[in-house]
Amino acid sequence: MSDIFCSLRQLSVTYGHGAAALDRIDLDIAAGERLAIVGESGSGKSTFARALADLLPERAKVGGEMLWPALGHPPRPGRDFGFIFQDPGSSLNPVLTIGEQIAEGARRHLGLNWKQAYARAEELLGRVRMPQPDKVMRAFPHQLSGGQRQRVAIAAAIAAKPQLLIADEATSALDVVVQAEIVRLLDGLVREDGMTLLFITHDIALASGFVDRIAVFRDARLVEAGPVRSVLSAPQSDYTAELIASHRDLRTPPLIAKAAS
Amino acid sequence: MSDVLLSIDNLSKGFSSSGRRVAALENVSLTIAAGETLGIVGASGSGKSTLSRILLRLLAADAGAIRFEGEDWLALSGAALRRKRAQMQMVFQDPLAAFNPLATVGAVLDDPLRIHEVVPRHRRTGEIAMLLERVGLSADYAGRPVRSLSGGQRQRVAIARAIATRPSLLVLDEAVSALDVTVRGRILELLVELQREQGIACLFISHDLAVVRAVSHRIAVIDNGRIVETGPATSVVVAPQSDAARALVAAVPRLVTDPF
Repeated sequence: MSDIFCSLRQLSVTYGHGAAALDRIDLDIAAGERLAIVGESGSGKSTFARALADLLPERAKVGGEMLWPALGHPPRPGRDFGFIFQDPGSSLNPVLTIGEQIAEGARRHLGLNWKQAYARAEELLGRVRMPQPDKVMRAFPHQLSGGQRQRVAIAAAIAAKPQLLIADEATSALDVVVQAEIVRLLDGLVREDGMTLLFITHDIALASGFVDRIAVFRDARLVEAGPVRSVLSAPQSDYTAELIASHRDLRTPPLIAKAAS
Repeated sequence: MSDVLLSIDNLSKGFSSSGRRVAALENVSLTIAAGETLGIVGASGSGKSTLSRILLRLLAADAGAIRFEGEDWLALSGAALRRKRAQMQMVFQDPLAAFNPLATVGAVLDDPLRIHEVVPRHRRTGEIAMLLERVGLSADYAGRPVRSLSGGQRQRVAIARAIATRPSLLVLDEAVSALDVTVRGRILELLVELQREQGIACLFISHDLAVVRAVSHRIAVIDNGRIVETGPATSVVVAPQSDAARALVAAVPRLVTDPF
């Protein structure tokens, strides 16, 4: 593996006086790798993403160390990392045009003027395979479908050429056909630009199709981490084995007996 | 399979969106036999939920007919409709939104038993305990607020409420989509067991072909408001005939486990 992009030592997060939402996580993220964080509800996977992005609420107490050797400073939102949320309906600004919200990041972080930033925004809409980018530039989020909005959110996230892309359940609200398209898009973009990808998901099968490494979280702890093929073919923990066994695809025998007819 | 329990005939529904007329359903025809599960699978915006809402009489159709247990289902109204609803029950995606959040589990289950007079008053508590046990929860859950349950437990309560009136048809609209995968598997198993024991027919609606396939005898694929393909579950999965079905088959995430 190459250089370490981010190094976490004993990272813990507690909200209020409840139990830890993240409990002493040790994990290194390599520059340019595609790392999946897999876990179910309450595993701490979203808290992990938010801790990296410095998006935790103020009452959250953070312990341990977070080092960014490749950057040499804490990452600047929008510039050093882009964040894609589950629901683009609420992460996009409803009263700005699509063009404005994508151009904003490029203008602010790349020192472009508005005209150049708009040109870049339109080019980015093409890169995220949005049909008719020129028309979409003038549209508002509510005029787009869920899948199209997520494409816009991705374009905005990569507008300032960040080195790290964090996708937190970015496809969970989409139907499976659109989900497959968005995963293909993310995979292509991070390959072309050499970005580091943190792909947070509850779906181990979805991750298994394209990431380099998988880290499995459960109840605020890191259960195991390793190259995707070894975690999937020889899981170290019973929990990971259970996740794999619970997966259903079209090769899984159906639960009903053959139709009685 | 034998008796037709439900038949949907040329159902159509349109909405107008900024002056344009959009067909949500166009000439949809389907049948469900007693004790059978029909899976409806389609992408977002294909018309699946419009279909379930019309079927549950939450929305009026523009044209078409539905016969349920030999009666003209769309012609029923008032007290007759309310009585007949006991035979067709539903489970939604988000059970918390479907419950009074302040209610206890016992109160949620007591309502249908009382309203539809399923059992005499003095036997309701026992019936609630039996329903809870039937969906894999212990009887002491009756005193707990619905809010305090996990997503999987809530969905079990939603299923218990749906079967309380001893329906012949359950309509499940994305009923397991919001659940964790380990929980989802157990809920699907529960549904299959209930069907085997009680002979309930199900209309199982989802965007996820893998989930639909797990529980369905037959599958209908819906795309842009039209049924583009219907067949035994295995044939739709193994040899999809329409573009929509092929796209759904291709989109199911597969576990990649082979070492390099």
